[in-house]
Amino acid sequence: MRNRLLWSGGALAVFVLLTAAIGPLVVGRDPTAQDILARTRPPSAHHPFGTDRLGRDVFARVVYGARIALLTGGVVAAASLAVGLVIGTITAYYGGRVDSLLMRGIDVFMSFPGILVAISVMAVLGQGLRNMILALVLVQIPRLVWVVRAAALQVRERDYVQAMRAVGARDGYIMWRHIVPNCLAPVVVQVSLSFVEAVRTEATLSFLGLGVPPPAPSWGNMLDDGRVFLQTAPWMILFPAGALALTILGMSLLGDGLRDALDPKLRTH
Amino acid sequence: MGWVARRVVAVVPIWWVVASIVFVLVRLVPGDPVLLIAGTDASAEQVQEIRSSLGLDLPVHEQYARWFGRLLHGDMGRSLFSREPVARDLLDRVPVSLQLALSATVVSVLIAIPAGVVAAARRNALSEAAFAAVTMTGVCVPSFVMGLLLMLLLSVYAGLFPIRGYEPLSQGVVNWARYMVLPAVAYGLIQAAGVARMTRSTLLEVLGEDFIRTARAKGLAGWIVLYKHALRNALIPVVTLIGLNVGVLFTGAVVIETLFGLPGLGAFLVTGILKRDYPIVQGAILFISTFLVLVNLGVDLLYRAIDPRLRRA
Repeated sequence: MRNRLLWSGGALAVFVLLTAAIGPLVVGRDPTAQDILARTRPPSAHHPFGTDRLGRDVFARVVYGARIALLTGGVVAAASLAVGLVIGTITAYYGGRVDSLLMRGIDVFMSFPGILVAISVMAVLGQGLRNMILALVLVQIPRLVWVVRAAALQVRERDYVQAMRAVGARDGYIMWRHIVPNCLAPVVVQVSLSFVEAVRTEATLSFLGLGVPPPAPSWGNMLDDGRVFLQTAPWMILFPAGALALTILGMSLLGDGLRDALDPKLRTH
Repeated sequence: MGWVARRVVAVVPIWWVVASIVFVLVRLVPGDPVLLIAGTDASAEQVQEIRSSLGLDLPVHEQYARWFGRLLHGDMGRSLFSREPVARDLLDRVPVSLQLALSATVVSVLIAIPAGVVAAARRNALSEAAFAAVTMTGVCVPSFVMGLLLMLLLSVYAGLFPIRGYEPLSQGVVNWARYMVLPAVAYGLIQAAGVARMTRSTLLEVLGEDFIRTARAKGLAGWIVLYKHALRNALIPVVTLIGLNVGVLFTGAVVIETLFGLPGLGAFLVTGILKRDYPIVQGAILFISTFLVLVNLGVDLLYRAIDPRLRRA
């Protein structure tokens, strides 16, 4: 238990993951089923988190919402990692004009708030889970390319890479077997940040009505739904807000813990 | 050509690329804006008339040339629905977003600097835990969720503030503040986490340096060493971060403005998107991008002015 961040973050992340995976089986209730006679009911034994404006069970919606959040975060993190590794390693390995032009573009791109880029892309693509994931991947790719490239630039100069070159190993082999594995530490940290960023932006976009369209039980949708009922049914907001915060907390702690475990030099405190 | 001149000139192609991307993006949107303006019961001739009046019947490169020429004259077209010039509407909204960004910055500085100093100066289990809890809250709770919770506590239950809306400063500072406090606090709290972490870590670094030991050794009081010697040196990177944050806060307030009903730039963009008012979307994105490109330039130039080492590179 030397690394408390890693363990507490990991435990929270596993909890959210289990909620997403088997929670819906436990709930056994349709998150979109309406019960007009039981609208905006406070939490009770039958509805532990209360019901919303259409009489839908908030507990069921929060549990199913974990699926949308984790699916978004997971796909965005994995896809941007894959693209970032390829582009980042290649551009760092060969350098030159293309590399400096690419980095200049990425610098400009990264000076825009991610939420603005995501909103602009959503304005073009239109609402929907798939479009939103695409928009979020676009936002995260440059961040991963940047981190991978920075790490790969250092590894490229190491003696063992020079040695591989001297014995005539092919470029692709050197990159895949020697450079990529040795820049994973900072990259893993960035992946956890990208995951958190994706979950947060998903909620934000859905809250603005630009993300996952209703009636899908996204936490952002639920918060948007609930804000009109702030005075009469605060549980419509409190539970999805708590779920969102817990998920982000777990992944952030996990990221911080991984950073400490993988590379003590990066430790902030 | 000097470095400064080259850096300034380099902004022109960057801005041109950004503007062109915006032009292309808006034209990629599925659906025909002309049909949207004309409505469902317009005749084919009326549709054609609107199309040519907007110049949308021209080939794309001619549309681009016309659009760009107008843009250089500050003409961003008119809203499809209100028919108001987009450029003027944008400028009307700048003060609101600016007020929000600056108020949020004030809130974040007032919280973050003392928190960071205390956490660096008093290192024990309690202060470390409290500091971690506060900064983790800032990291984990998105700004709009913080806004909703503050609304619930302070507007709905305590009745201290109106729930949403905006009064311009010309209506008196008190009226203005009643509407501005909650969004500024919600927005500022989130920013405070990063600034507090930065303050703490740079202060700890400075406190470990030799000149601090010298200051202590010559018998200066602890608080003088902390404030006059350590904090002053630690604040340089912190001030940079705060300055950069103002730019991000100014342009990224989309959700907070929408939530609190503040008529700022971000809310303008979102309503433009939801109503499919393309000239507004185009204008707002372009305006914000231009601002960010210029902020970047300003930061680069400022760094070189401050740090002579960068000039040799």
